[in-house]
Amino acid sequence: MPVQYYIFLSIALFCIGVMGVLMRRNAIIIFMCIELMLNAVNLLMVAFSKMWADAGRVDASSAQLFVFFIMVVAAAEVAIGLAIITMVYRNTHSVDINILNRLKN
Amino acid sequence: MINLVWLVPFLPLLGFLVNGLGRRSLSKSLVGIVGSGVLLASFVISLLIFFEVKAPGFSAQVVQLFDFIHVGSLHIPFAFQVDQLSALFLLIITGVGSLIHIYSTSYMHEESSESFARYFAYLNLFVFSMLILVLGANYVMMFIGWEGVGLCSYLLIGFWFKNNDYTNAAKKAFVMNRIGDLGFLIAIFFMITQFGSVTFPEVFAKAASLGMNNSVITAIALLLFVGATGKSAQLPLYTWLPDAMAGPTPVSALIHAATMVTAGIYMIARSNILYTLAPHIQTVVAVIGLATALFAASIALKQNDIKKVLAYSTVSQLGYMFLALGVGAYGAAVFHVMTHAFFKALLFLGSGSVIHAMGGEQDIRKMGGLKKYMPTTNWTFLVGCLAIAGIPGLSGFFSKDEILASAFGHNPVFYVLGLAGALMTAFYMFRLYYITFAGKFRGTHEQEHHLHESPAAITIPLVILAVLSIIGGYVGLPEVFGKNLLAEYLAPVFAPSVPFAVPHHLSHSLEWILMGISSALVIVFILLARQKFANYEDTGKESTGLGKALENKWYVDEIYDAIIVKPLYELSRFFRDTIEKAGIDRLVNGIGRGVQWGGQQVRLIQSGQVGFYIFAMVIGMIVLFVIGFLL
Repeated sequence: MPVQYYIFLSIALFCIGVMGVLMRRNAIIIFMCIELMLNAVNLLMVAFSKMWADAGRVDASSAQLFVFFIMVVAAAEVAIGLAIITMVYRNTHSVDINILNRLKN
Repeated sequence: MINLVWLVPFLPLLGFLVNGLGRRSLSKSLVGIVGSGVLLASFVISLLIFFEVKAPGFSAQVVQLFDFIHVGSLHIPFAFQVDQLSALFLLIITGVGSLIHIYSTSYMHEESSESFARYFAYLNLFVFSMLILVLGANYVMMFIGWEGVGLCSYLLIGFWFKNNDYTNAAKKAFVMNRIGDLGFLIAIFFMITQFGSVTFPEVFAKAASLGMNNSVITAIALLLFVGATGKSAQLPLYTWLPDAMAGPTPVSALIHAATMVTAGIYMIARSNILYTLAPHIQTVVAVIGLATALFAASIALKQNDIKKVLAYSTVSQLGYMFLALGVGAYGAAVFHVMTHAFFKALLFLGSGSVIHAMGGEQDIRKMGGLKKYMPTTNWTFLVGCLAIAGIPGLSGFFSKDEILASAFGHNPVFYVLGLAGALMTAFYMFRLYYITFAGKFRGTHEQEHHLHESPAAITIPLVILAVLSIIGGYVGLPEVFGKNLLAEYLAPVFAPSVPFAVPHHLSHSLEWILMGISSALVIVFILLARQKFANYEDTGKESTGLGKALENKWYVDEIYDAIIVKPLYELSRFFRDTIEKAGIDRLVNGIGRGVQWGGQQVRLIQSGQVGFYIFAMVIGMIVLFVIGFLL
């Protein structure tokens, strides 16, 4: 399959992620949208890695190394992020981010 | 001995340090001994140097202490030049200075011991600066002394600084001097750029090689003369000197009569070659000198403050010295500096003695009849008056006669005007004498009871100066009487000018005639003053017309006030109100206020809505992408 398909798919996923972060107020959904953006990038990197490998570059697999990095970091981030959201819920009985503007003024 | 010349200025410096630093702990008598002692020591050394210089076959010597400025090709050593001119000035300064220091120990005795020490410290510092001025071997050294004496003059005029008028007088003196000093400073810069040197022999040699009427020399001579008009109180910068009488009387005698104000004459006499090469500037010097002599003498006719009369008379006599310089009679000018130092110091110290006895009163209308209370002061003051008036046989006669004879040789008009000034001098001096010492006492009863002759520390300097005023003239006898020793002695200093100068030689008969005319007229004017003022009564009548203008000093202070001081104040006010407050302040405050207003507007964006922040971030990123993509 030509690499353009992967690129379009990645763009679509990333845009969905961005729009989700912008539009939604539910913290969990925003979180999921961030994951979506990260994975859009991962997909893109894997696709490019494959493309370069097909073109005969020996060091093309290093891109996949970054994918693992991102997945590990994302996992750590999820652990902390979900904990924060849990704490927020305990305090406010809500996961609506618009309530979290209490630091204002 | 010449190699020890540095001791002459540094002894007074030592005195200044001791008295200045120890002013809280030293007793009055110790301060007096230190202050006068260092000066007497300097005087003894000066005397030894003088005899060495006077010996035949002596040529000018330069004693270098250290390198002062050495930048690129410019080389200014800290060096003293000992020659006939500086040796003579050393004698005048340390000699008259010693007498005045001794006089001061008694005159200032009522001061607290701290201000007594402060006074002597200033006085010693002044003598040090004045000696640096006359001993310096280049114009920069001279300038150092020049500024030093200006500073000390300021400090001593404002010695009683709690009186506002006195501090104003001090400030006036300082500012007026500053105007002149600027001219001197520019002249030095001119010399450095044109000649690459400020050392006397080099400057004079290079100037002489440029020849007559060279524009560079003309400019330098004019600028130096501007400096001289400031320091030596000539038109138009003379107004500070009468006000300088605010200082203690011995200070007026030393600084504002005998020494500092003659610095301008010393400078021009020292630079005689520059002036001989610039005859136009010489004419300017002569005209300004003559104008000052007449102008100040006319003011002195109507003054009622004993010190003011003497101050205007000083300005007038300085005018004569400049007249002499302007007609090329440098020797005569230096001669008059010397005799004037004697009789004017005598007159000032005499007036100090009178003021002392009168308990601080300076208005001659409230004196009178002091003859019988203060015999020594009376006869010494009379000698001073006779000397300054130019009675034959006294010192003032010889020096003034030499100046007038030279003026006649140059231009008979100068002679006539100069003679008119001399007659006015005779008249106002004897008006002063008769009003003060003759007639009946017009002060309060209490003052009359208090009247007494001053103590020995005051009368002894008076007697010594009176003797000098009598015999001081015989070193410069006119040609018809014999040898002019002083002219012979000073000849090497003025030798470079001789090839360029136009000689004027008066025949002996003419000289006799001139002398006879001036002497006879002076005696007539003295008798006139005697007839008018010997039995003076204070009628309290307001004078009118010319008399009123003279009493108010031709309104010069008022004119200066109106055309210089007031406009300056107005300009300052304009700068303060318009430029500073409305311009600069508003700009600075406006920037501050603008930032504050902007902050208040931008603050509204900080809404706390996370969604909006992220939206702004995304928009920002998109904008950055677009920009990156397009460029």
